[in-house]
Amino acid sequence: MFEITEKIELAHTVYQFKIKAPLIAKKRKAGQFVVLRMNEQGERIPLTIVDSDEKEGTITIIVQEVGKSTALLGDMGKGDMILDVVGPLGRPTHIENFGIAVCVGGGIGTAPVLPIAKALKAAGNKVVSIIGARTKSLLILEREMRAVSGELHLTTDDGSYGHHGFVTQVLQNLINEGMKIGFVVGIGPIPMMRAVSNVTKPYNILTMVSLNPIMVDGTGMCGACRVTIAGKNRFVCVDGPEFNGHEVNFDELILRNRSYLKEEKTAMEEFTYHEGEKCYERCDK
Amino acid sequence: MDPKETKERMKIPRQSMAEQDPKERVRNFYEVPYGYSAEQAIEEAKRCIQCKKPLCVGGCPVNIDIPWFIRLMSEGKFVEAARKIKETNGLPAVCGRVCPQEDQCEKVCIVGKKAEPVSIGRLERFAADFEREHGEITIPEIPKWSGKKVAVVGAGPAGLTVAGDLVKKGHKVTVFEALHTAGGVLMYGIPEFRLPKKIVQSEVEYLKRMGVDIVVNAVIGKLETIDELLSNGYGAVFVGSGAGLPNFMSIPGENLSGVYSANEYLTRVNLMKAYQFPEFDTPVIRGRKVVVFGGGNTAMDSARTALRLCPEQVTIVYRRSREEMPARIEEIHHGEEEGLKFQLLASPKSFIGDRDGKVTGVECLRMELGEPDESGRRRPVEIKGSEFLMEADVAIIAIGNGANPLIPQTTPDIKVNKWGNITVNMDTGRTSKKGVFSGGDIVRGGATVILAMGDGRKAADSIHEYLTSGVW
Repeated sequence: MFEITEKIELAHTVYQFKIKAPLIAKKRKAGQFVVLRMNEQGERIPLTIVDSDEKEGTITIIVQEVGKSTALLGDMGKGDMILDVVGPLGRPTHIENFGIAVCVGGGIGTAPVLPIAKALKAAGNKVVSIIGARTKSLLILEREMRAVSGELHLTTDDGSYGHHGFVTQVLQNLINEGMKIGFVVGIGPIPMMRAVSNVTKPYNILTMVSLNPIMVDGTGMCGACRVTIAGKNRFVCVDGPEFNGHEVNFDELILRNRSYLKEEKTAMEEFTYHEGEKCYERCDK
Repeated sequence: MDPKETKERMKIPRQSMAEQDPKERVRNFYEVPYGYSAEQAIEEAKRCIQCKKPLCVGGCPVNIDIPWFIRLMSEGKFVEAARKIKETNGLPAVCGRVCPQEDQCEKVCIVGKKAEPVSIGRLERFAADFEREHGEITIPEIPKWSGKKVAVVGAGPAGLTVAGDLVKKGHKVTVFEALHTAGGVLMYGIPEFRLPKKIVQSEVEYLKRMGVDIVVNAVIGKLETIDELLSNGYGAVFVGSGAGLPNFMSIPGENLSGVYSANEYLTRVNLMKAYQFPEFDTPVIRGRKVVVFGGGNTAMDSARTALRLCPEQVTIVYRRSREEMPARIEEIHHGEEEGLKFQLLASPKSFIGDRDGKVTGVECLRMELGEPDESGRRRPVEIKGSEFLMEADVAIIAIGNGANPLIPQTTPDIKVNKWGNITVNMDTGRTSKKGVFSGGDIVRGGATVILAMGDGRKAADSIHEYLTSGVW
């Protein structure tokens, strides 16, 4: 059992949790993730470790309520116990001094960008960050990102804050202005990561993205998280989660992530409403 | 035993084991065979002729004293029989169910030369079940602590066997399990209807009561490395991390939704209980037409699991003929009774999907058998132009596993072969790294529960020797 020691609401349905997990806190590196299971009936869901405090023995995760499991977590609070926390999983981000490193975060994706930005700064990079969201109230971690970035750009799709438009437009502008970018990391919704990769590809700028496929065990056993990288099958849980964005088959990942839309809806319905016949009863007929 | 009695015993027919009706059982996940009654168990035990030089013991990877325990059973001493088995096998209720006895102890049974062999597996199962159900499980005497600690990586059949053997020798044992439950393949792989999970948990509980410490959610290689374990007071480490990433076929469409590896499919259903979705949160796609590729026990487990999730049809596609199928005959037979279809001498060429990326079918090729290959089985050869289409909204690929890369990635001085499996001395389980032992699927690359347990036994003996003598 793993205790939640702190919960902060960052935006509507977006929460930051600190979880007591001393061994993971000691070991984790930027880019790694944990797998959580909330209760005995729960599914195993992967979430990136945003930060850790070795002295406190805690790890920090940020979660947006998008389905039943994340809603369950969102309902939990300080002092509550999470049944299972496994990690740190995945390979850490490859960090070196690239000169100028651009960190692009889209929506909740800014959460996994933060530890990478920190590590890049610590390695001597000039960190330029671009973080965006649909609207101002959904923009998270502005203060934290500002603290680690030499330059911070903000965007919102609706223009309610910062640049009116997408993170990719700012990235394109930086390139057009002649910024000598050595490295780009882009994390967010898959279409955004694909767009970031498309922007940098003509300039051959090394661009890493962090993939979020459906996982089950997360430890290199089941093969659910397979993705096509440069035409080859790779497993995000042990070979990733970060891959060269220019080599990722994003279209396939989008379709694979939609495999359980119907079931996800059913689970959410069951979670929020308790009337009517259940889906397995329908199946029995 | 005098010849007259032997002759009498040989006349007793092999006792059959009652099973759930196929029409019923295909709609539930309850265990298929009911097991013997006490009368049947005694009768079957009487079929054993108590050979002076029994071959069955040598046929058993953990060398259970089979004639001895069967004699006890013929006298109705079931609890004593169970304890006799447990001297060399920590998981009898599991082995009685999932061991391929027909290829091991029962294959060499002397009775089997003239009649059907003694049902050793069913007797083992009965003894273990009787002991458990009658609350007769007692903990053997544990010697005083030797002062040594051993870390075991992976709580599957190999690791649990090592743990059990070493606590009985007075060592402190901590088992680190990556998943949230101990049991390994017994929990995530083998389905409930073949091995009820409460039986596995009761065997794990038994080890805990003997003093084995089990830590779940601990991924060794990531949370702690082998080197850290060795420098944190563990005198030896046994790596039983099991099967790794599933093999795929590298054919077009393999990453469409609805195409599963057997590992994923079985993990979803068994470990995560997707068959109880939405009571349990993990879903699995319940196909209408399910196609399973492969001819081994994992393929049979996947297919029979799929049959229980209300499909119209489940078909096994296997590239050789029925004779070459590596699955247990009993399992193939069970599958057939449950309505499983077979498409033999066929191999997939590509998967076909719809606009949403969901699999809708698979294009296959007919095969014929050519000359025997290095495995001794006749090699399947494609028949040119024989393509045919099968409808499928769920496809399960059960063609084996690679090795899990986590330990080798983080402990480079443990030697692995070209497939990533750990190289060991097969008699001792010793790896290339001092103090580190290994066995089970991470070494063998995909074998059986009992072979993993056999590896565990040998490794435990060797670990004990190493801890006592200090000689590597």
